[in-house]
Amino acid sequence: MSAAMIELSAVSKSFGAAPVLRAVDLAVGKSEVVCLIGPSGSGKSTLLRCVNFLESYDSGEIRIEGRLIGYEDRPDGTRRLMRQRALREMRCEIGMVFQHFNLWPHMSALQNVAEPLRRVRGLSAPAAAERAKQVLARVGLADKAASYPGHLSGGQQQRVAIARALAMQPRLMLFDEPTSALDPELVGEVLEVMRSLASEGMTMLIVTHEMGFAAKVADRIAFLDGGRIVESGPPRQVFHESQEPRVRQFLQTYHDRNSF
Amino acid sequence: MSFEVLWRYAPSLLSGFAVTILCWLGGSALGLAVGFAIALLYRLPFAPLRWLLRVYIEILRGTPFLVQLFLLYSGGPFIGLRLEATTAGVLGLGLYSSAYFAEAFRAGFSAVPRGQIEAATSIGMNSFDILWRIALPTMLVATLPAIVNLLIVLSKETVILSIITVPELMYQMQTMAAETFTAFNAIFAMAIFYWLLVETVSRLGYRLERRVTAYLSPEARAS
Repeated sequence: MSAAMIELSAVSKSFGAAPVLRAVDLAVGKSEVVCLIGPSGSGKSTLLRCVNFLESYDSGEIRIEGRLIGYEDRPDGTRRLMRQRALREMRCEIGMVFQHFNLWPHMSALQNVAEPLRRVRGLSAPAAAERAKQVLARVGLADKAASYPGHLSGGQQQRVAIARALAMQPRLMLFDEPTSALDPELVGEVLEVMRSLASEGMTMLIVTHEMGFAAKVADRIAFLDGGRIVESGPPRQVFHESQEPRVRQFLQTYHDRNSF
Repeated sequence: MSFEVLWRYAPSLLSGFAVTILCWLGGSALGLAVGFAIALLYRLPFAPLRWLLRVYIEILRGTPFLVQLFLLYSGGPFIGLRLEATTAGVLGLGLYSSAYFAEAFRAGFSAVPRGQIEAATSIGMNSFDILWRIALPTMLVATLPAIVNLLIVLSKETVILSIITVPELMYQMQTMAAETFTAFNAIFAMAIFYWLLVETVSRLGYRLERRVTAYLSPEARAS
């Protein structure tokens, strides 16, 4: 049996005394697109950030293609923090896209994409620039290669950020509210890039408030509330057939706000 | 006011000016280097080291430069440190300013947005590359106005070196004033010299700032 791309089992985490994740189980198969939805403060982003160990988790296991991330098991059954080098090796296979893009402002779009190729993948400068150009063209920004992030629109910046992650040829990608910081008219161009990635078979775990996108693109929706996955299944089931009151209430609020 | 006196003393005044510039540049270079090293060491997760650096910074910031200079120059020989006046001057200025530069750099590092570091971490970059390629450029740009400001302050602190007989501008001026009873001329000429120097530094600093922030958005630069 081949291991799931991402497999969380009984993952728990607290900030001080406040629990943010409570025994979360979730599996994402190869080429699967899973959207995490739920009210703010429900632990969606924290969960996502645990997958590449930007946040540590207290107990449970997160495995990427079968390999435990963040910790190493000791022979005596306890575990200790993973070595930095091993963690970096795992991280560079996991692309991540942030709400606020997090581009490096002192580098052009091209340099933003080429920098990790050089530093992490060890490509030569010309080879890195060549691949960076190709990936920028793929997100529709070939003509913006020389622009600095400060001179690009939010939608363009987010596409550069996606290109930066994509250029590393990751095995899977994580998106943390990728359109939440964008003006409404710029959301579409970013979702379009994500949709094309999904159609090409990229494994994606996405925290989003774009219900329309989630309904159309996701293979599965997981609804989080209070650090637990309270409902999970195909979009149709979660959006239209859920009997879970918290899900219905959340969707009702969403519909009320978006109808006028 | 007699320009004739100034003219007669021009060679010694110019040599004084040269010594002032050299002490200023030497002291600043030393201060920048030591300050930068301190700011880097400060980032290591090692509490006793941070405490030591804190003590160093607090002592140098908490006592007058004049006192530090006297201790170094006149007190040095008691612990076997016999320095020539100009060397003591440059060293003193460097150590004194290193505390201020260290604090400026430290503040600069904390001005680097967390997200930039997280992006680099999540993509698998190592700590050295994250520091060198990601944090440092942003930090230096954020720190530049404070650095230029400190350089200007330091250029004027060089007058204190005259106390330990460094033959810089102030020292030459005092000599001239004492020999010719032209105190007003001397003070006036001093003011002009320093004003020209500071004006030059501040203009260069401003141009450098415009240059290194060219990548920022027009709104972000406007300030």
